[in-house]
Amino acid sequence: MFVVVVGCGRVGAQVARRLVDDGHDVNVIDRNAEALQRLGGDFPGEFVQGPALETTVLEAAGVERADAFVAATNGDNTNLVIAQVARDRYQVDCVIVRVLDPARAALYEQKGLVTVCPTRTAIDSMSDALRVFAASGAEGA
Amino acid sequence: MYAVIVGGGKVGANVGRALLRMGHEVSIVEARPSRFATLEAEFEHMARYGDGTEVFVLESAGMARADVCIAVTGDDEDNIIIGQVARDHFGVENVVARVNDPRNQEHFDLLGVAPTVCATESILSLIEHEVPQHSLVHLFSLRRENLDIMEIGVVGESRADGLAVGDLPMPAGTLLISVLRRRVGRVATPDTVLEAGDQVVVIAEPGQESALMEIFARE
Repeated sequence: MFVVVVGCGRVGAQVARRLVDDGHDVNVIDRNAEALQRLGGDFPGEFVQGPALETTVLEAAGVERADAFVAATNGDNTNLVIAQVARDRYQVDCVIVRVLDPARAALYEQKGLVTVCPTRTAIDSMSDALRVFAASGAEGA
Repeated sequence: MYAVIVGGGKVGANVGRALLRMGHEVSIVEARPSRFATLEAEFEHMARYGDGTEVFVLESAGMARADVCIAVTGDDEDNIIIGQVARDHFGVENVVARVNDPRNQEHFDLLGVAPTVCATESILSLIEHEVPQHSLVHLFSLRRENLDIMEIGVVGESRADGLAVGDLPMPAGTLLISVLRRRVGRVATPDTVLEAGDQVVVIAEPGQESALMEIFARE
């Protein structure tokens, strides 16, 4: 499949690399030219530099023919807007959006977006780890 | 009426002042600490500190009982999300949003955040009105209502030149509302006779520009 990944930070770059390792075609968008370095020198896809809110940038990365779209910039609102643009304007079948704020993640999940919320994952993992410790009866020993 | 204004810059603060003068109830949400301090000195408890794209901030600002949400931050992605959250989560019936970069207007339209106000577009319309480069100028768009108000110059030897308003072959979905002659505007009557150099103001459904140009602007 062909995937457009927006945001080439720690998350976006690694998602792009993994998809390439799995044999998929991937193009990446980031506002900063230096972000390209995170992909490594042998990255086979295209890197488009520019603000993802601009349709010319999205189109340069091939959003019109994308099977999947990943919105992983460090701005929740940017991610939520471009994800809806990818889905509603370019009819991308699979749109996955990173949202750090659990409240907004839940709201837009109800509106049919596939949201990934690292904050919620961290809250769950941490409280689960603490519950395991509490259940072991080791506290206050 | 209760208005929640998100974004307390020059636009937000002045809209807040105007609404207060009109006797309305207002809250202004501002995320920048130094700007918030300035607002609080003037607006006291009506100024609220916080990121207006956070649901709990909007909740504490009373968005649930707001009659209108005014999203006027300097970031278009924030204004879109504020508008959507106000409408879809809090059930606010009226949302007004500011477009900072006219290139983002299409996103507001696509995602149903309307009506919008864009300073750049307004300034360009005014320039066109004052110094017309084209014979057709868009004065105002009622996007949600699907109507445009435009001004068209009557060109000499065009079909409209010398015709009475009542005899014009106006396309369906258009209405000539006034005639400006030597800078004086008058509401059009059917027997107003047009002459070259007049400007006519027309309200129209979108997509009628070329049909209107055929009547008024082509020799």
